[in-house]
Amino acid sequence: MTTYREAVRTAIQTLLREDPRVFLMGEDVGRYGGAYAVSKGFLEEFGEERIRDTPLCESTFVGAGIGAAIGGMRPIVEVMTVNFSLLALDQVVNNASLMRHMSGGQFEVPLLVRMATGGGKQIAAQHSHSLENWYAHIPGIKVLAPATVQDAHDMVLAGIEDPDPVFIFEHQMLYGMEGPLDTESTPPSPWKAAVRREGKDVSLIAYGGSLHKALGAADELEKEGIVAEVVDLRSLRPLDHETIVQSVSRTHRAVVIDEAWKTGSLASEISAILAEEAFYELDAPIERVCTLEVPIPYAKHLEDAAIPQVDRIVAAAKRSVGGA
Amino acid sequence: MTLDISRDHALELLRDMIRIRRLEEKSAELYSKQKIRGFLHLYIGEEAVGVGAMRALRMDDNIVATYREHGHALIRGVSAGEIMAEMYGKANGCSGGRGGSMHLFCAERRFYGGHAIVGGGFPIAAGLALADKMKGEALVTACFFGDGATDEGEFHETLNLTALWKLPVLFLCENNQYAMGTAFERHVSDRDIANNPPAYGIPSDSVNGMDVVAVERAVHNAAETVRETGAPRFLELRTYRFRAHSMYDAELYRDKEEVEEHKKEDPIATFQARAMSEGLITQDDVDAIEADAAQEIADAVEFAEQGEWEPIEDIARHTYARNLP
Repeated sequence: MTTYREAVRTAIQTLLREDPRVFLMGEDVGRYGGAYAVSKGFLEEFGEERIRDTPLCESTFVGAGIGAAIGGMRPIVEVMTVNFSLLALDQVVNNASLMRHMSGGQFEVPLLVRMATGGGKQIAAQHSHSLENWYAHIPGIKVLAPATVQDAHDMVLAGIEDPDPVFIFEHQMLYGMEGPLDTESTPPSPWKAAVRREGKDVSLIAYGGSLHKALGAADELEKEGIVAEVVDLRSLRPLDHETIVQSVSRTHRAVVIDEAWKTGSLASEISAILAEEAFYELDAPIERVCTLEVPIPYAKHLEDAAIPQVDRIVAAAKRSVGGA
Repeated sequence: MTLDISRDHALELLRDMIRIRRLEEKSAELYSKQKIRGFLHLYIGEEAVGVGAMRALRMDDNIVATYREHGHALIRGVSAGEIMAEMYGKANGCSGGRGGSMHLFCAERRFYGGHAIVGGGFPIAAGLALADKMKGEALVTACFFGDGATDEGEFHETLNLTALWKLPVLFLCENNQYAMGTAFERHVSDRDIANNPPAYGIPSDSVNGMDVVAVERAVHNAAETVRETGAPRFLELRTYRFRAHSMYDAELYRDKEEVEEHKKEDPIATFQARAMSEGLITQDDVDAIEADAAQEIADAVEFAEQGEWEPIEDIARHTYARNLP
């Protein structure tokens, strides 16, 4: 068994060993070893040229990653968390995503940006955002949300292999999670959603940190005779319509779980896709389980109440099934 | 002080400045005829900066420019036809009609845009320089920007990063005295912009940007120093924009007298007069240059007129390497 952290680390290490164009930069990735200890020991193995501690300037080191990628390197930029990535949003929206288009296809940006996301650690309002949907809104970049140890590894490799800018959101609650890691087999396409648990009564559609809550809810529901299917979106842009629609066409009920605020969320997007493409398959209204429309509080009981939890997912699934 | 350059050199400098001016004048005319749309930012008055700087750089150096970059692209070797076609939005433009006036790109000439978010090009330049450094190539990344960009956080962040990491970036500040409509002294706390880089350990200098020979020499020397040391340098090129910020600008923020005063320093007229008074060139030379430029621009317009529109079916091209499902 391997931890999620170790899986990310193994993938980056493999890339650094195999491809001299690959380098890692970000705040505290070197001597500190990474805020989430992903790159511990890298500085010793690969040296300061390839493991670059940056000044605290998200906009400029993400932009420098874009420039280095255009210049022929394969940078992995670690932005400590999505919260700080807002300082770099201009570089993402106005440069990374547009360079290929504005240059008429002359320049591409094979950049990989990784960052931690999500709440649940009582680190309060400024450190608990889930803003993946902001990124998933933007044509020209791709967005991945690994929820398993295997995906945490494979998506780093896929992100570097991809000729377009790829953003990976690692939920901060997952780094210590253990799971199997196979580094030998050919991984599945990262751009397709996966059915993590098959069921017939209701589809629980989730990604990232919420996937495990959805699986927990499925366990609870099974005790009451409700067999839930759990879909892991994996890629947030592009979104795999086919797998979602197929699942709901089997179960005829959908609960979408998303740690973002409900308004304008990916859960909204999934709901719209289902309304457009699976309307006549639905036997009940779509349910969304999202973060309450409040800043994430520090106090544990309030934070727990704000973000999606198993009990809220179970309740939503029961409403869906009961309302048939 | 004499120009201290050869006749051929004088002819080339004058020719390139005139080429830019005539291109810009034709662009303004075509804008009023609605052949060119969107934003159009003219470089008239600032030609000595683009010409002097571009001639001082090597073809394997990287260029990062702003949205006022027609002249830079032209002197870099992008054809007037490809530039004009781009402004028309035609598929034979240098960015395939996707960019327009503000987003001229040319991979072959290492011309990395055409950036229209003020300050947004700084980190890109740092990254290009970082890539060169890591690949062991002794190239210079020339980063053009206006005085307005020095207000942005990315300016200071990039000065810090390039100095800290010793990245071969040549910062070329085209100080035309205005951040759009806000005068220099109303947007910059320290009137001497060249005071900023030394705070980060970057040597800097200011040059009369209306003097093409001075610009060429200063940029050449600075670029060679960057090449030798691998470390950044900064040059302020003091110039002035004779025309409005863009075609939308009614110029309510400055007096006509101020503009007229600066026109006395017109980089083309002053250089032409000096070169003629020193006997380097004659009126016949000037007439020949004008005739050539007129022909070049006429050909460019024809090239743009004849260009094809990209089919709408191709709209998704260039969003990703491969179209997404």
